[in-house]
Amino acid sequence: MSDNPVARRLSRVAGWDAAIIVVAILALVVAGGAVENFATTRNVGFLVLDLLPIALLALPMTLVIITGEIDLSVASTLGLTSAVLGSLWNSGMAIETIIPLCVLLGAVLGAVNGVFVTVFRLPSLAVTIGTMALFRGLAFVVLGDSAVADFPAAFTGWATGTIGDGPVPNVLVPLLVLAAVFVVVLHATPVGRAVFAAGASEQTARFSGVRVDRLKFWLFVASGAVAGLAGVLWTLRYSSARADNGFGLELAVVAAVLLGGVSIFGGKGAMPGVLAGVLLLATVQNALRLEDVSNEALNIVTGALLIVSVLLPNIGRSVRAATHRRRLRQSPTDPIS
Amino acid sequence: MSTVTTAGATAAGGRIGALLRVRELGIVLALAVLVGYTAFVNPRFLSGQSVRDILLGTAILAVLAVGQAIVIITRNIDLSVGSVLGLSAFAVGTVVQDNPGMPVFVALLLGIAIGGVCGLVNAVLVRYGRVPALVVTLGTLYVFRGITYSWAGGQQITADELPKRFLGFAGESVLGVPWLVVIALLVVAVAGVVLRNYRVGRELYAMGSNPEAATLAGIRVGRNTLGAFAVSGALAGLAGVLFAVRFGTIDAAAGTGYELNVVAAAVVGGVAVFGGSGTVWGAALGALLLTVIGNALAVLDINQFWQQAIVGALILLAIGVDRLVAARTARALKNRNGHVR
Repeated sequence: MSDNPVARRLSRVAGWDAAIIVVAILALVVAGGAVENFATTRNVGFLVLDLLPIALLALPMTLVIITGEIDLSVASTLGLTSAVLGSLWNSGMAIETIIPLCVLLGAVLGAVNGVFVTVFRLPSLAVTIGTMALFRGLAFVVLGDSAVADFPAAFTGWATGTIGDGPVPNVLVPLLVLAAVFVVVLHATPVGRAVFAAGASEQTARFSGVRVDRLKFWLFVASGAVAGLAGVLWTLRYSSARADNGFGLELAVVAAVLLGGVSIFGGKGAMPGVLAGVLLLATVQNALRLEDVSNEALNIVTGALLIVSVLLPNIGRSVRAATHRRRLRQSPTDPIS
Repeated sequence: MSTVTTAGATAAGGRIGALLRVRELGIVLALAVLVGYTAFVNPRFLSGQSVRDILLGTAILAVLAVGQAIVIITRNIDLSVGSVLGLSAFAVGTVVQDNPGMPVFVALLLGIAIGGVCGLVNAVLVRYGRVPALVVTLGTLYVFRGITYSWAGGQQITADELPKRFLGFAGESVLGVPWLVVIALLVVAVAGVVLRNYRVGRELYAMGSNPEAATLAGIRVGRNTLGAFAVSGALAGLAGVLFAVRFGTIDAAAGTGYELNVVAAAVVGGVAVFGGSGTVWGAALGALLLTVIGNALAVLDINQFWQQAIVGALILLAIGVDRLVAARTARALKNRNGHVR
């Protein structure tokens, strides 16, 4: 694709962001043409359902990574809320009460991360590796290795159903609403500017009047709350509350965000790119699954994509620097030569 | 004036040393209380079989924790160790199954080689690709595991398919100490001495304390980073063979989730996540503590599922304590200097 002058110009204008959108669309087109049964209404519905948890978790994760932090505990938060949902349902509580409680629980778990990072000033990587083990462990303590499955059909039916029995899945509605909120917050509000400022240089942001700690705390709370919601939707979709729900999902989420052009070093990134990253990842996974590639082998692809998404821009930068140096050396005005 | 300052600095240095020793003392104390209580409730806990179980479990975890400690000291992290263990265990299991006459030490070397190659992949991506260790090893955590799954499929190597000599290695001992434990002790001792007394060891600490300063001081940061990841991978490969020998049954899921226990062992053992401090002895003690906790839960008839939650809580506790100690030391140093002036 780098030989194509249009693509090259496009990628120079808007960088990785535009490139990943092009690649995601290309992947959709190629998969639609080459993979049997990909472009069916039924499969596209499945694609959206599969993409939902990754997309949901990627929204707050984007903001967290842009501020230069990371939240590896999201998948475990999802598992713990799922387990709690099942356990409360078993104890006879009404599902209308349980669902908001689960989102609240997610927010509280996020606040735990937030306190460790902003009050005790611990690195978020270490904190969320700890809470990743802690939350998953608690999920098993709550539910053991049993499963709760007898949720009311009205709710599980909604989670897998489509709007007016048409082609659009119901769950796309909360996803689009949340995505719109996060796009606006990140790209059109002072909070969004503060997120970029904190990631580019925390000290400068602080001197400019950004309350960095407060910002980061609430980002972790948002991350937890969204993970709680994802836990609820996951449980309803599969009609199964299990402690190991969403195990390993943090890989796909971080991979999608980095694929979307967010810098792991903070300060850079944009929501459209991330959404394209999620779409690309989900398309590749879905197409490979249709080609009978096992889930475990799929993880090779996801893991490799994660590494490549950071590796490629780095290589690009080194190549550009090298060409720049060569050009300097060859230029006749170079004082050294 | 300058002598006073130096004396102050030395005293503060002594204090740092003392605090670190307090950490190891704390673990020993926690171990003593835990073992004492568990043995009081259920004397079976100190039976020969139970102690052997704990030692063998600790041996495998300690080998992994030593590698992790080396990587964390350079201010990196290696999350792929559990998957490297699985790949090495399955690969060595398959080879031994096909070559029953193979001496055990060749199997050990093979595991080390496989792990070393995996470690080198991580190392090259971190060193030459300039990709953060977290991203690389989170990626290879799934890549290596995926390779094992694709290779193994649903197939499993069971104990009766492995030669007696290979499995017997787990039971053999020197002077009453099982070979697995001897190997782990050797690894800890060699790594401990190299980190403490050799130039390359001190360079690893320097890199972790301040990477820029280390580069300016002429330390070959890149080469040492390569080495640290390669060693961590090689030790994970070695641990894979020990795993195969101990359990005899190996499938593609062997060692899944081990990375959390390994990071916990290192961090609980006083290896600071910010890099630049900690010892492999501490990491090995951390491994012992985690293993004892796991076995004590079983003996005390507490829900096994608590174990992972405890691992998570211990990680948080350990990094919290480290932070507190660091803050207090910094304050003490500041006060001292203020007094001198």
